[in-house]
Amino acid sequence: MATAAPPIDATVDAPVVIAEPTSAKIVRLLSRTPVYLVLAFIGLLWLVPTIGLFFTSLLPSSIVGTTGWWEVVSDPSIATLENYRGIFDNQAITSAIWTTLWISLGATFLPIFVASLAAYAFAWLEFPGRDSLFLVVVALLVVPIQMALIPIFSLYNDLGLFDTILGLVLFHTAFGLPFAIFLLRNFFIGIPRDLLEAARIDGASEFRIFFRVIIPLGLPAIASLAIFQFLWVWNDLLVALTFARETQPITVAIFSQMRQFSSNIELIAPAAFVSLAIPLVVFFAFQRYFVQGLLAGSVK
Amino acid sequence: MSESATTVEAPSGGLPPTGDEPGFFTKYGVTIVFLAPALALLGVWVVYPTISTIVRSFYDRSGDDFIGIDNYRRLFSDDTLVRAITNNFLWLLVVPFFVTAVGLVFAVLLERIRFSVAFKVVVFMPMAISLFAAGVIWRLMYEKDPSRGTVNAAIGVAHDAVSPSGALASALPSTEAVQGGTAGGLVLDEDLGPGDVARIGLTGIRASDVPDDAVQAVVPEALAGGITGVVWRDFKPGGGTPGELEPEEVGLPGVTVELRDASGRSALDTTTEPDGTFAFEDVAPGTYRAAIGAKSFQKSFAGISWLDERLITPAIMMAYIWVWAGFSMVVIAAGLAAIPRDLLEAARTDGASEWQVFRRVTVPLLAPVLSVVFVTMLIYVLKVFDIVIAIAPGSVQDDANVIALAMWRTSFGGVNDFGLGAAIAVFLFLLVIPILALNIRRFRSEV
Repeated sequence: MATAAPPIDATVDAPVVIAEPTSAKIVRLLSRTPVYLVLAFIGLLWLVPTIGLFFTSLLPSSIVGTTGWWEVVSDPSIATLENYRGIFDNQAITSAIWTTLWISLGATFLPIFVASLAAYAFAWLEFPGRDSLFLVVVALLVVPIQMALIPIFSLYNDLGLFDTILGLVLFHTAFGLPFAIFLLRNFFIGIPRDLLEAARIDGASEFRIFFRVIIPLGLPAIASLAIFQFLWVWNDLLVALTFARETQPITVAIFSQMRQFSSNIELIAPAAFVSLAIPLVVFFAFQRYFVQGLLAGSVK
Repeated sequence: MSESATTVEAPSGGLPPTGDEPGFFTKYGVTIVFLAPALALLGVWVVYPTISTIVRSFYDRSGDDFIGIDNYRRLFSDDTLVRAITNNFLWLLVVPFFVTAVGLVFAVLLERIRFSVAFKVVVFMPMAISLFAAGVIWRLMYEKDPSRGTVNAAIGVAHDAVSPSGALASALPSTEAVQGGTAGGLVLDEDLGPGDVARIGLTGIRASDVPDDAVQAVVPEALAGGITGVVWRDFKPGGGTPGELEPEEVGLPGVTVELRDASGRSALDTTTEPDGTFAFEDVAPGTYRAAIGAKSFQKSFAGISWLDERLITPAIMMAYIWVWAGFSMVVIAAGLAAIPRDLLEAARTDGASEWQVFRRVTVPLLAPVLSVVFVTMLIYVLKVFDIVIAIAPGSVQDDANVIALAMWRTSFGGVNDFGLGAAIAVFLFLLVIPILALNIRRFRSEV
């Protein structure tokens, strides 16, 4: 109906025609057409870079250095998966993907487990100086990662943790803790006291309470934390670039490719796309947990 | 509390307390078990390094000699570092503002339409991608060659629409008989009158640029009372002799040839045929020059060097805004949804224009949300690193430098000066503290 009407009244302001509901509706829809167009254009603008990377990764390696990705759109028959076959045959890239996965999983589960324990203590156990200690832990949020790079670099060299998955996991774990403890403590403290008291009266140990009551009830907060932490670690470049040489995650592998041969797009494009496909899947699966984590992530 | 302390001794069974005054470990054993892993990790990986870095920043490169605040002096005298600090302040001035503004505009536009979810997802998507991957994406986008770099290709399309590139963009005279340059066009250095034949040989034209309908060039016959001529590609496989029209040399169709009178004004013009010939009939007696106007030599768009030292920082900033606009939009849209509708309606009923409503009602009500986005961005921008190192090629990293990148390059990027690197880290720390203190206060008040 809206599209059939002639677009003459497009500029009339909606309030003027309040008296005639039907035409007001048409006018409002029409007056919004420019908004739709603008938004469609902006949406395209925001999509093109990522789509461009994907199409670039489909270009045959013979022409990837001289051709724009839009050639794939105008002539889809030239698209090929040979670049993807190339990176999955490339031992350095495949092992980098596995390394990334192990680091990300380890540096997600470990900090969440450790933080849950501490958060429970801060929320429900009585001990002297509890609130001051909690404040100190939260205050550690202000420490930028850069403050730790040099001493940990030396420490890892002494301990043999340099260039190991464990070293990276422990680093990410420690820096993920202040926020995780902060968030989980505030979540745990909202669990009804009666529930815990009942469990205690029934003779449950603190560990039993922790695993049977706190963790199940805290799952929403834990899930949102886990997603954010996973993406944070998966997407990390700074820490891995500092502490990894051979055992490198995908970001570092791509980075060293770019540094050595700036023109081998047939390797960089598919590898970059693989590296961002997993966060994208996680993102689309768990969108709603995401923004909260980002707001908080600034304090890392 | 005592129940919990005893149950750690006998987790299975809720045995009654022993009755003795419990010792410290008996009393707080459980607490220690719960807290110890976190405190150990924080101590070794956060607290100890922080102190160590502060101490290290007062020592020289080798770490043996105490040099006071010399490292901090270098922070403000070394050209590269000063550049990094200035750049980072530029980032602070520009990026948080634009991210907030773009997010606000998107959120307000979205409010007026249905189906806004799809748009939100699209604009928010770059947030899930790492800043490093976003950097790789934009590095490709910013390629200088318009046949590869998306940004320059788009500008090139617009550029060609406004001033199309000439048919002979790369052409040069084949002999000295043809004079001039691409600015004023090429002129055949030969006086012509009615009955003469002009030969304009050009070279430097790529085979792919020769129009498809071009055929073997021929020298036209002279025309009584008129001037004829040929424009041809004075080159054939193997070379050929310059200035001579030989077999296999093709005419250049579609070229606009001007006939200029003695004063240099263009008197007549015509277009060449597939065999390169042209003809001016009924030319008034006099001397003329045959010329090809500058328009034919208009170069096609060569591309903007986004990645050179002048544009690199703005280029990276644009990519960064692309990444963060979605975050800003989503947070502001949530704030917008919380604004009471009747307030806006009341303003409209009172006769306020949409702009006034936006400026006087919406924005003031959104101020807390806008400041959240702004402050969050300040912190992220202070620590910006990945996207800079990904987009800036090695040769311009000094020009694109920011504090976090300078810290990393000084410490691990070949210079390996841990003393100076530590000083840069401490400087960054000092900048972050006041902003973060604000942010944490907000978090506490929220919870």
